[in-house]
Amino acid sequence: MNLAVKWTSLPVVRRRFVRYTLFAAAVFLLLTLRLWYLQVISYEELYERSVKNRTRLLVLDAPRGAIYDRNGDLLVDNRPSFQISVLRQDVAEREELFARLSRLLDIDPDVLEARWREGLRLPAYRPVPLAHDVSRETMERVQEHSIELPGIFIETRPVRDYVAGGAMAHVIGYLGEITEEELKGDRFSGYRGGDLVGKVALERSYDEQLRGIKGQQLVEVDVQGRLLRKLQMEAPRPGRKIRLTLDRELQQAALEAFGEHAGAAVALDVKTGELLAMVSLPTYDPGQFARGITSEEWRALLNDARNPLQNKAVSGQYPPASTFKMVVALAALREGVATAGRNIHCAGDMELGDSRYRCWQRRGHGDTDLHKALRESCDVWFYQVGLELGIDKLSAAAREFGFGSETGFELPGERPGIMPTRQWKRTTLNQPWYAGETVIAAIGQGYILSTPIQLAVMTAALANGGQVLRPRIIAGIEGDGGEMAAVVHPDVRRELAYAPEHWQAIRSGMEAVVGEVRGTGRSAGVEGSVIAGKTGTAQVIRRLSDEEEEQLTGDEVIPYRNRSHALFVGYAPVDDPQIAVAVVVEHGQSGGRAAAPIAGAMMENYLQRQD
Amino acid sequence: MFDRRLIYNFDWVLLVTVVLLVTAGLVNLYSTTAGWNGAATPFYLKQLIWFALGLAVALGLCLFDYRRLQYLAVHGYVIGVGLLLVVMVSGRVTMGAARWIDLGFFNLQPSEVIKIMMILLFARLLSKTASAQGYALKELWRPALWLLVPVALIIKQPDLGTSIMVVLIVASMVLFAGLQRATLVCLGILSAVVMVLGWFNLHDYQRARIKTFLSPDNDPLGSGYHILQSKIAVGSGGFFGKGFIQGTQSQLSFLPERHTDFAFSVFAEEWGFTGCVILLLLYFFLIAWGLYIARRAGDQFGLFLALGVTAMFFWHIVVNLAMVIGLMPVVGVPLPFFSYGGTNLVTMMVGVGLLLNVSMRRFMF
Repeated sequence: MNLAVKWTSLPVVRRRFVRYTLFAAAVFLLLTLRLWYLQVISYEELYERSVKNRTRLLVLDAPRGAIYDRNGDLLVDNRPSFQISVLRQDVAEREELFARLSRLLDIDPDVLEARWREGLRLPAYRPVPLAHDVSRETMERVQEHSIELPGIFIETRPVRDYVAGGAMAHVIGYLGEITEEELKGDRFSGYRGGDLVGKVALERSYDEQLRGIKGQQLVEVDVQGRLLRKLQMEAPRPGRKIRLTLDRELQQAALEAFGEHAGAAVALDVKTGELLAMVSLPTYDPGQFARGITSEEWRALLNDARNPLQNKAVSGQYPPASTFKMVVALAALREGVATAGRNIHCAGDMELGDSRYRCWQRRGHGDTDLHKALRESCDVWFYQVGLELGIDKLSAAAREFGFGSETGFELPGERPGIMPTRQWKRTTLNQPWYAGETVIAAIGQGYILSTPIQLAVMTAALANGGQVLRPRIIAGIEGDGGEMAAVVHPDVRRELAYAPEHWQAIRSGMEAVVGEVRGTGRSAGVEGSVIAGKTGTAQVIRRLSDEEEEQLTGDEVIPYRNRSHALFVGYAPVDDPQIAVAVVVEHGQSGGRAAAPIAGAMMENYLQRQD
Repeated sequence: MFDRRLIYNFDWVLLVTVVLLVTAGLVNLYSTTAGWNGAATPFYLKQLIWFALGLAVALGLCLFDYRRLQYLAVHGYVIGVGLLLVVMVSGRVTMGAARWIDLGFFNLQPSEVIKIMMILLFARLLSKTASAQGYALKELWRPALWLLVPVALIIKQPDLGTSIMVVLIVASMVLFAGLQRATLVCLGILSAVVMVLGWFNLHDYQRARIKTFLSPDNDPLGSGYHILQSKIAVGSGGFFGKGFIQGTQSQLSFLPERHTDFAFSVFAEEWGFTGCVILLLLYFFLIAWGLYIARRAGDQFGLFLALGVTAMFFWHIVVNLAMVIGLMPVVGVPLPFFSYGGTNLVTMMVGVGLLLNVSMRRFMF
């Protein structure tokens, strides 16, 4: 070290101080530029991210719209249900917790564990449901023990309350969890996985109106997702209330009249086409679906041979049998094939080629005109007239009445039935039409299939003088302001042109069915009302040959599946028709004995409340 | 014996700068921990106590002539290394790292002690051997050995941050003393080799941090989380900040380690670019003033001592800030005078004491 010149005062050392200071300045400038970049240039993006960090959007479910009947009686509502849920972040000792909870709820700990695992896909702040719709007692038991159950809490959630129970099940339908495909489609936009959507019937058709609009709530959370405070809320808009044209009491009366029978009944307002009743039996309890149906319950419904899940009123297809005869008669009158006074001798059967077509009355009806043919349901009269009319004209007239196509009813699942023509047979069976097929078509058998709702539409048209109405079920839908916007009826699809005397001839025949001594539908009679109707008995298997029939002993029991369906259509009162009814009792054997009393009970119930 | 000139020459500028920084740190700490409860003594109060203690130590260090320290430098070094060995054998293990010696009333962190000891040792070393020509490579092997022993021990702890700090401080001092051109080139190559070798000897978590730094968005919830949340905090502060105790990132705990290593993020979020620039200016002034003290030091030892302390401040500040604003991988280095933490604050106040000492004795010769 050179003592002559102090090291510290060397110019190179002085320069180093300057350099170090400049270096420090440069580094601080760099830091400042970086801060400028983050805080000024990237500010908006990073601010946004800080907001997203601390806020979560919670969805608030909208209560589903209630459904009322035509008189304002509640059919479906929402009721609060208690749900036991767990907030995952508050649980420390899960096993111990579930052991305790399982004793209180009487649910296996493994089930709780499984639900917990299902809930893992939810965000941390979303409670995981452990038990749905528990009873008030269970809820209270859990509440009492809440100190020993950290993280467990009780949520009240609205569930569908099917006040009308099974009576309305097929009309109203039920809800179920939305499927993957439904989520992908447009129909259920706004839904998320796990949401309940309408699966069948009205709940499905009017899902959009019933569902309401979900609300949302912006909440502030901390890093663990714990909810700190509510920031903004957009209240959910409840689903719209819907008022139906159905009459709850009439529906109930129909259900009771059926007893243990299976089948379907439809009642329409003759003038407007409003659906007054629609039952399908056996029915099911839609409450099962609201609670969350178990797989055993579901399997039982699916495997029931009597199809409780099917709405037979719109999708059950039956031969109209003798209830079809009015259509044949009208066509024959209009086409000039027969007059009301046309006399045909019924000896119990009619021969055509090699075949013999028997009347249901083996003795025969003797000399028969239209009035008698309807009253006593003489098959031979219609065989003859139908044959002369021909399948083309017969089919055309029937189609006008609505056979062979959907009625345009609002509920999903409606079937068109079958109204055969030559063309139909050629395309579907690749066979020519035979005259014998016209003969049995004239008594509503053979290829013809119809739904109960089609029969009701036909009956209403017979009653109102030819208006084929579209059956309607919606009486009103709640508008934006909460008012009920009435839906205008009727919706007339076709006006049928028949001469007044033709209508009259049919009317008197139908009146005689119920009102005259030899009428087949006397059991539909209602005290104090004049009723028009027609019975029908539809074979499910071919009519027995003479030989087979001779082998039958009198009281041999026909197996249920082979028994004929019993039908009845009718309207009342005759001078000012209001209600038209169609009843099909599956395997009820006799229209007059099984179906007519049900129709009578329905008409009576309805009419007695009208004045 | 106590010269009245010493009081006359007392470096109020330095002290005021430090007090301002500590005050900013306390205000920030108050905000950061506003929502915390449960602790008997609030954090800002604890920090205030530590500062009082540090201030007492700093003023105590002014009582004697710093030049006496050169004769104690080697002893201090030996004690420092000894403490590192002790902690290696019996230190308390926290988060997989043995760094502290529990002294009952506080946890002594030998790696903090060694920073000061290294500054003293190299100030003595360099003041005796610095020449106009600068060092040749062969003159450096002995100082290199002095350096590598404690650095190796600290890496072993493992505490990468502190070891980097020690190397940077010493390197700054040696570089100031002067190196021959050839030496400079050799050392450059050598450090490049060390870095490459070092990569393969890093702990997994350390390597992950570096990888994460290079692409933090790849793993926003994993190890990239710290950097990302810190960047969001800083950036969302904007020009004027969200306001005192209004930072959502910090108040809602999205920021990790927000009272210690990431204290600046909280400050940046709540005070914005404006606040940051003011704070950075203060820090820069501290560094510039430290260099100024070194420059007008009475002797070479004083020069290197002041330079070393200033380098210690500088590297801590820069490494911490660069980490917090996403310019560097996460290394656990606190922000001097600002982050919560007693040991570090006391260490930094010892540095302040040394600077004050050098500054007030500049006319003694």
